[in-house]
Amino acid sequence: MLDSVSEILRLQSDGEASAVDIATAALDRIEEADGVINAFTHLNRESTLAAAADVDRRRTAGQPIGPLAGVPVAVKDVLCTRDMPTTCSSKMLRNFHPPYDSGVVEKLRAADAVIVGKTNMDEFAMGASTENSAFGVTRNPWDTTRIPGGSSGGAAACVAASMVPISLGTDTGGSIRQPAAMCGVTGLKPTYGRVSRYGLIAFASSLDQIGPIGWSVRDIAPLMEAIAGHDKRDSTSINLDVGSYINATSGTDLTGMKIGMLRESMEAEGVDPVIKDAVKEAARVFQEAGAELIEINLPHSEYWVPTYYVIAPSEASSNLSRYDGAHYGHRAADIESGAELGPLVTTYCRSRDEGFGSEVKRRIMLGTYALSEGYADDYYNKALKVRRLIKSDFDAAFSQVDLLLGPVTPTAAFPLGSKVDDPIQMYLCDLFTTGANLAGIPALSLPAGKDGDGLPIAIQLQAPAMEESRLLFAGSVFQQVTDHHNQRPTTHTGAQS
Amino acid sequence: MSDGYPAKTVIGLEVHVQLKTQTKLFCGCSTAFGAEPNTQVCPVCLGLPGALPVMNETAIDLSVKAGLAIDCSIPPTTKWDRKQYFYPDLPKGYQISQFDLPICADGFIEIDDPANPGQIRKLGIIRAHLEEDAGKSMHDEGSGKGDTKIDLNRCGTPLLEIVSQPDMRSSDEAKAYLNELKLRMTHLGISDCEMQEGSLRVDANVNLHIDVDGKNVATPIVEVKNMNSFRAVERAIQYEIDRQYDLWEETGKTIQDEAKTTRGWDDESGKTFLQREKEESADYRYFPDPDLLPIRLPRDRVEAIRTSLGEMPAQIRQRLQGQYGIKPYDADVIVNQGVAMIAYFETAATASGDGKRTSSFIQQDVMRLMNERSIGIEDYPVAAPSLGDLLGRVAKGDLDNGRARDVLAHMVDKGGSVGVSVDGAIKDLGIESVDGSEIEDLCRELLTENPSVVADYRDGKKQAVGSLIGQAKKRNANANPQVVRQTLIQLIEQE
Repeated sequence: MLDSVSEILRLQSDGEASAVDIATAALDRIEEADGVINAFTHLNRESTLAAAADVDRRRTAGQPIGPLAGVPVAVKDVLCTRDMPTTCSSKMLRNFHPPYDSGVVEKLRAADAVIVGKTNMDEFAMGASTENSAFGVTRNPWDTTRIPGGSSGGAAACVAASMVPISLGTDTGGSIRQPAAMCGVTGLKPTYGRVSRYGLIAFASSLDQIGPIGWSVRDIAPLMEAIAGHDKRDSTSINLDVGSYINATSGTDLTGMKIGMLRESMEAEGVDPVIKDAVKEAARVFQEAGAELIEINLPHSEYWVPTYYVIAPSEASSNLSRYDGAHYGHRAADIESGAELGPLVTTYCRSRDEGFGSEVKRRIMLGTYALSEGYADDYYNKALKVRRLIKSDFDAAFSQVDLLLGPVTPTAAFPLGSKVDDPIQMYLCDLFTTGANLAGIPALSLPAGKDGDGLPIAIQLQAPAMEESRLLFAGSVFQQVTDHHNQRPTTHTGAQS
Repeated sequence: MSDGYPAKTVIGLEVHVQLKTQTKLFCGCSTAFGAEPNTQVCPVCLGLPGALPVMNETAIDLSVKAGLAIDCSIPPTTKWDRKQYFYPDLPKGYQISQFDLPICADGFIEIDDPANPGQIRKLGIIRAHLEEDAGKSMHDEGSGKGDTKIDLNRCGTPLLEIVSQPDMRSSDEAKAYLNELKLRMTHLGISDCEMQEGSLRVDANVNLHIDVDGKNVATPIVEVKNMNSFRAVERAIQYEIDRQYDLWEETGKTIQDEAKTTRGWDDESGKTFLQREKEESADYRYFPDPDLLPIRLPRDRVEAIRTSLGEMPAQIRQRLQGQYGIKPYDADVIVNQGVAMIAYFETAATASGDGKRTSSFIQQDVMRLMNERSIGIEDYPVAAPSLGDLLGRVAKGDLDNGRARDVLAHMVDKGGSVGVSVDGAIKDLGIESVDGSEIEDLCRELLTENPSVVADYRDGKKQAVGSLIGQAKKRNANANPQVVRQTLIQLIEQE
């Protein structure tokens, strides 16, 4: 019942189920499975049912209703909601109740989607495993001893565990695509500027982007259509019309489309051969659908991760300055006025020390260092230059091909705790995903089979800026031919009859 | 320092001018002064998580206007940077400012050299950049707990920071620079420049270059803050000049021995006091604000603003002298009062046909009342056309200056030109125009009654007729003293 957006819409329009029935099913499923999965940081049964009842009432009264009417949606806890806390999975914001809705949440409400709750994440979206959360780890529904990916781990896991059909995540260096890949679901990182960042609590402002997660391209297309568009409250929002993403998901013929095979990704070390095979198999599928395959070089690929890990922490060190215990958020108690640094500085230090987790502190330190006088030229400013080179690699590639095909992750989901003490290994999870953020282009993660342990693996398609429709079109062609997106977890917590 | 070595004073000013926009630099909150604390705030200026800045285009236009008014060049592209530091009245932990690409660069202001009147001094301006203001910390020292309250109403208000070259050589020059800067900013509606309300703030960097037998010795640079009037700036600089010279004599410390220090000005004691020992070289970790796009300033936009500047104060001074025949000093006084006064003067002078008399009435009667009531010319009760009408009658000889003053005072009493017209006031005061034969009759009468005056006059004591003018006024209040005098002399000499 909760697997597909189109089915949920059909059930209601045919009178077979009400929005309240659907919301109840979602809440019951969450209650059943989330004790183990821990995908949610906040749920509100009453307000969820009230929102669903409102949709039913208006449908019965023959009043106009939105395109996502009665569809349960989960929202990553980095997006401001005026009726729910917004914590970024941080102790720092544990009690933060925003006085306003983020732009995308406004749009969800306008589309009559039913927001069931907020999903768990790596603290301030910093991480690749959802283990850096003040609310505990989220578990992968395919194997609950493993991570769901991150930072949008809760948003991917709640779909994979059939709690909700679709969710909103955010992607700064792969945080939608990587957990979608590891949870066997479909995730889209849109073009930078296509979806308003207003009300998205910033990690790295020049890289952050909000996007949809669902089982299939056809599930995420209506959500993408609902959230995309210009917002004058976000100066980096692009003022161009949104086409129909739903219409982009029909058709089966890729004749005339050129798809670039990323040579560096396919030759990269430490990549599970099963994943390389899945990419090759996907290439064959696209070729059969009429696409032409061309090998493509992105010469600066090896600098994606180092560049990303200078720029993102630099911006983060600035964005997170506001959490100082002075205005809101966690404030250290009992500061003795005789403290050596004085009460003010001591309050800052202690509040930040207590409120932030270790990965957040690590990135604040990295970024502070990279922006410091005497070092900025060697780190931050140099990273900006490399970022331009990375972007021109993509520009050159897209002058030859329409899409780029490659892996999302080097491996499937790894066991919980296996990389928490090795930040470099954790950062290498972003090997194939940070390029799209640095270049500002859209990228799509599609389920592409299983590894030897039966864990989901995925392929990634990347397109030029503003070409989300092209991505969704190719993705839907892939999913009409393949069955990977229809696979469901079989563990007791993930199973759904 | 009078008997010491010759010393050159070096002064550079950093002036923060609050731009006169309705709303803040990056959100829609009001910039009005004096509201209840924390009532003019929103998620953006409170720096709430997830809120994003959206640039106020009016602030950009006003900054360009300000830059053009001080002969700066305006680059085709400028951008926003974050200046990062922790302070409770800075809610985001960074200030959105401009670092390496300010919106205005390399300008100057010309002043009349206070030491050599008539000579022009050209004072350089390094740059002017736009930034958001911080909030206000109110340290509650009365409670004994040392609590600090924060008012974030001011947070996000647009400020233009205008940084001069260290070109000023005296407190007089600094004051002249500030006067001229304020005049241009208020004239163009860029800022109210009210130091009391904080819409103009001045920090002065001061040191001395002492000539010790041909060798130049510089004293450590001091930045003086907390001055709340131009007068205070003048006094503080003067105080620093003396203090630094004495200190140098006492300690011999030079710029090499001591980093820049910050001193506050205490207006009551008339002294500066140490605020920050050594300017710790703060690392603000500037970087381009990723939430904002670079600002493009196409040539046509800049040129359109340049065209809109119209006449600048210096040109207006020249024109008023030529057009209305007033003296440079008078033109200066009127122009320095601002745009509204210039308009008032021009309307009144045109209506009266007598610029000099209009200027003199404005400087005496009108401005006296403005001072008494602490009002601007906008609130002066008698409208410019009425004053012009009144002074036109004086010019024609229908009224004398004294009677005109009475009429003006009466109009002010009656609530101004709305309350009573010039004709009405003249009628109220019983002023009638007196024709020539009536005056002649009166004068004959007086001369007959006072033969001694006639005799004195003939003896060469021409001022003797003066005593009769007073009597004439007593008998007929409407008699014009000028006309009475002429008539008396005429009659005496005819006999």
